[in-house]
Amino acid sequence: MVDSKQQWKAWIYLAPAIVLLLLFTVWPIINTVSMAFLEGYSGLTKVGGETTFRLGIGNFTRVVGHPDFRQALLNTVLLCVLTVPISTVLALLIAVALNSIKPLQKALQTIFFLPYVTNSIAIGMVFAAMFNVIGSIGTRRPMIVSYGVVNDIIRFFGGNWVNWINSGSEYWANMFVMVVYIVWNALPFKILVLLGGLQSINKQYYDAAKVDSTPRWRVLTKITVPLLSPMLAYVVITGFIGGFKEYTSIAGIFGENMGPAHDAGRMNTMVGLIYDSLEKDNQGGASAAALILFGIILVVTLINLWVSKKRTHY
Amino acid sequence: MSESIRTMHTPNVKKNSLRQKILRPVGLGGVYLFLFIMAAIVLFPFYWMVISSLKSLAEYRLSPPTFFPKTILLSNYAEAFTTASLGRLFMNTMYVGLVSTLLSLAITIFTAFAFARLEFKGKELLFAALLATMMIPGELFTITNYSTVISFGWLNSYTVLIVPFLVSIFYIYLLRQNFLQIPNELYLAAKVDGTSDFKYLWKVMVPLSLPTLISITILKMMGAWNSYIWPRLVANDEAHRMITNGLRNAFTDTTGDVNYPVQMAAVALVSAPLFLVFVFLRKYIMSGVSRSGIKG
Repeated sequence: MVDSKQQWKAWIYLAPAIVLLLLFTVWPIINTVSMAFLEGYSGLTKVGGETTFRLGIGNFTRVVGHPDFRQALLNTVLLCVLTVPISTVLALLIAVALNSIKPLQKALQTIFFLPYVTNSIAIGMVFAAMFNVIGSIGTRRPMIVSYGVVNDIIRFFGGNWVNWINSGSEYWANMFVMVVYIVWNALPFKILVLLGGLQSINKQYYDAAKVDSTPRWRVLTKITVPLLSPMLAYVVITGFIGGFKEYTSIAGIFGENMGPAHDAGRMNTMVGLIYDSLEKDNQGGASAAALILFGIILVVTLINLWVSKKRTHY
Repeated sequence: MSESIRTMHTPNVKKNSLRQKILRPVGLGGVYLFLFIMAAIVLFPFYWMVISSLKSLAEYRLSPPTFFPKTILLSNYAEAFTTASLGRLFMNTMYVGLVSTLLSLAITIFTAFAFARLEFKGKELLFAALLATMMIPGELFTITNYSTVISFGWLNSYTVLIVPFLVSIFYIYLLRQNFLQIPNELYLAAKVDGTSDFKYLWKVMVPLSLPTLISITILKMMGAWNSYIWPRLVANDEAHRMITNGLRNAFTDTTGDVNYPVQMAAVALVSAPLFLVFVFLRKYIMSGVSRSGIKG
């Protein structure tokens, strides 16, 4: 039996956390859900006395019906679907390669971890500089002062330069730059987790494969990937969760415009949409959008868990 | 019997080892080539940031570009420092980072201790409920917290940047796991000697969990340094602005004919502290990160 003195003491230790959690975690859950389902109610108007509100899904239908929402959802889903597989496969190849070498392993490992300790906004500005074209583009006879280093490299290999992010650029070009940046940013964490997993795989499997002189590719697909599947599931799930919450990398490259100069807001994401509604004092819409985002993340995570349970070998 | 097996397999083994002798170095060379190319791609933005920050504007606009500045221009850094008033931003961010780290550490230690060592009704249930909230995206909290801090009159203050994020369930979870590894006998022995809980926590558990506490400190400081969305919403005034917001505000144009050398110098100045932390405390960052999946 727990004596009451210890009970009392435990709650004292817990008190600061409990107070803060009630205020900034529990209350928001209740209030945000209420705001999403109550039309005409908001956490701000509540203070100002008389309000009328009724239960309904009006906030949801209004948000879903808005063209900005469809654009943001499309952008977010595209970014996830493109960046998660690319970064996972690349990270797996790099981790396997790192695991198979001895000299320089530590040094290369450090280099591959570097993008993790960066500021998304700051390095986004570097990527913008690398893809930016200086000159008058969009006119009939464009005068180009500098194509930017990425275009210079493409031109060096005989390709044509592309208007990546400047005014007048195309959607797919913007998307390509975002995918490159997000993959670059996502690699370190995935490599770290996968390399950790690789180093804990029993060497006997590889010795057996060596005796049978199994080709490298078969070793990778039949031994490494199955034994690594829990870690792969982990990086895919966290990758999707992170992907659905993407915002700062886009603000880094395109600025607060969230798009090229001629079409601001084109690259906006779900999170960006939530903050936009919030700044327009549309708390109901923001809450509904946040709940939709939560729903999507939950469903995607459950699907991932279900797939990985079927495919994962422990 | 064994003799015959050996002779049966000898030619095959020989052939294989011959094949391996030729293929292995080629394969290994390929592995190194792949890693070097990938490493070059990963490093390129950093390289571009540094060399661009040292060029004159005229040289930066050259096409094809120079891959090493012809004349090294350090004045870009001075200009960046004043344009973005980085000094003020740096002080703001350090203040918010240090205060929130200290308070957060204290709360995390007390809470983790209660969950790891003390007994109270509903302990398991409460802990499970806390872990469940980790699944909810932060934006859901932000919406209500935004109106909460407005009604508290906290807009444009340091408080608004510190208080809402003091409790991190993840850090509590991390530290509780660490506390649980400390044998119970130590606690009971201390009790017999009449040591108070608080003294035991402070003298035994905290020192034994130092690596985890250092990881938490680094991640929390990096979080303050990289925070962008919340400060933009609630404290984007001159006096309280955080460094990432300041950087973004000072250089609003990312495309077009921008003074990139100065912009890159500012970016380098903002990135430098992160690199220093990384160089000296890599071990703690990597161990914290591999368990979290949280950026900053």
